[in-house]
Amino acid sequence: MKTRPIAAIALRQFYLMRSSPTRTLPMVAWVVIDIILWGFISRYLNSITSTGVDFTSSLLGAVLFWDFFTRVMTGVTMAFFEDVWSRNFINLFASPLLISEYLSGLVLTGTATSMVGLIAMVAIATPLFGLHYAALGLLLIPFVMVLFLFGIALGVLASAMVLRLGPASEWLVWPIPAFLSPFVGVFYPLSTLPPWMQAVGHLLPPAYVFEAMRAVIAGRPYPAAALWAGVALAALYVLLASWLFTHIYRYAVRSGLLARYSAESVS
Amino acid sequence: MSTLALNASRLCKRYGSLRAVDDVSFSVRHGEIVGLLGPNGAGKTTTINMVLGILQPSSGSVAIEGIDIARNRSRALAHTNFAAAYAQLPGNLTVLQNLRFFGLLYDVAGLRARIEQLLIEFDLQGLRDTRSGVLSSGEQTRLALAKAVLNRPRLLLLDEPSASLDPSAADLIRSHIRAMASEAGCGILWTSHNMYEVEQTCHRVLFVSHGRILLEGDPRALPQEHGVATLEELFIRLAREPLAPPRAAS
Repeated sequence: MKTRPIAAIALRQFYLMRSSPTRTLPMVAWVVIDIILWGFISRYLNSITSTGVDFTSSLLGAVLFWDFFTRVMTGVTMAFFEDVWSRNFINLFASPLLISEYLSGLVLTGTATSMVGLIAMVAIATPLFGLHYAALGLLLIPFVMVLFLFGIALGVLASAMVLRLGPASEWLVWPIPAFLSPFVGVFYPLSTLPPWMQAVGHLLPPAYVFEAMRAVIAGRPYPAAALWAGVALAALYVLLASWLFTHIYRYAVRSGLLARYSAESVS
Repeated sequence: MSTLALNASRLCKRYGSLRAVDDVSFSVRHGEIVGLLGPNGAGKTTTINMVLGILQPSSGSVAIEGIDIARNRSRALAHTNFAAAYAQLPGNLTVLQNLRFFGLLYDVAGLRARIEQLLIEFDLQGLRDTRSGVLSSGEQTRLALAKAVLNRPRLLLLDEPSASLDPSAADLIRSHIRAMASEAGCGILWTSHNMYEVEQTCHRVLFVSHGRILLEGDPRALPQEHGVATLEELFIRLAREPLAPPRAAS
């Protein structure tokens, strides 16, 4: 892999964002709204309950982590969509660009855009609502790793779906995080769920983050091995999603789909 | 260094029972401009797409500078570039941003100086900060050609590059392309429906119909050899009455 083609993919996104407030604003707008909304809900719940549960850490912290995960996925997928919308595939894939370089460029873009969202969230949640991360300590590292890797995996998976099914399949892609959220227990323990949903939840790396987060806030121990298993699972999903994208790209080259890729409906 | 910029050997592309390209072999030498002619749907763009690596042949091989594209796609494509009316550059990037983006994509050395040189060569200095989507057809073609020569390709593929240009702009573009071949030794594969342009520019032409090469030769000598007055007449005759019968579906 060469670094300059990877930089090219990221630079293109930077150019687009720099010249377009309609692209930059959504990077922070939705997450800021979420933090403000859930910040006040947490503050209200803290004021009316005397259970000893700190809703700021458990609810607002969960929202922050979940939004970070969805921003990573959205960042990767939006970068891919820019090439779909500008019908840039022939220009890209008739060049020496490797698939691994292209995916790395998308990931680099997703990383940059999600970091902007994360910084905006932390900048609001910490001073305004008193959300602190000291209790999580070093666990923050695997937490962020799991969510980051799984966000990348879903972003690449979503891109593979759109490459195979056409631009109209965009509307199958955006609801994916919402579809997964009940299974990963963002706001409640997995034990709340029926057994079959728990089984699905255990296959989803973010579930390990939210379980661990609740355990640490409640002062209970959480096995580090389980959390690192979540990291490994998320890394495995990145590899599987990259394999799937490559497989679909090869199909698209073989079948002629790539050469005539345009605004087609889901077939 | 390979003596052939492009060597396509026994290329076939089948879609079910349809043979879009049927056992096509040809080569392009360095410094040579080869016209790929034929009616709509003849298989020209399919052939070019296979050379560009965005369409996998059902059988046959493509070698650019002696490098098999199926075995080493990235290394082979580093020696080539293209401009096609159906593959416009991202309209939401400026002229300069497009050239920087593609320069990095093709890993062009000394990119800044190369871009400045091309902006002058293709008369794009005044448009450097203009979004390419709002350029006129002629300006977009000049930008597409600047992008196509950015990496100093040894093989250049041009799919109807002057289709939407006025005669003066088209003449300028032809001059650029001839210079690319004669001065830089670039092999050029060119598709066009403008027979005057083909006669003026190409050293050799390949007539394609129903996915097969029907005729090959010097565009200035071929009409006489086949008893017609002009290349356009020959084109019409071949398009309507192929020398070889259409292939049977397998």
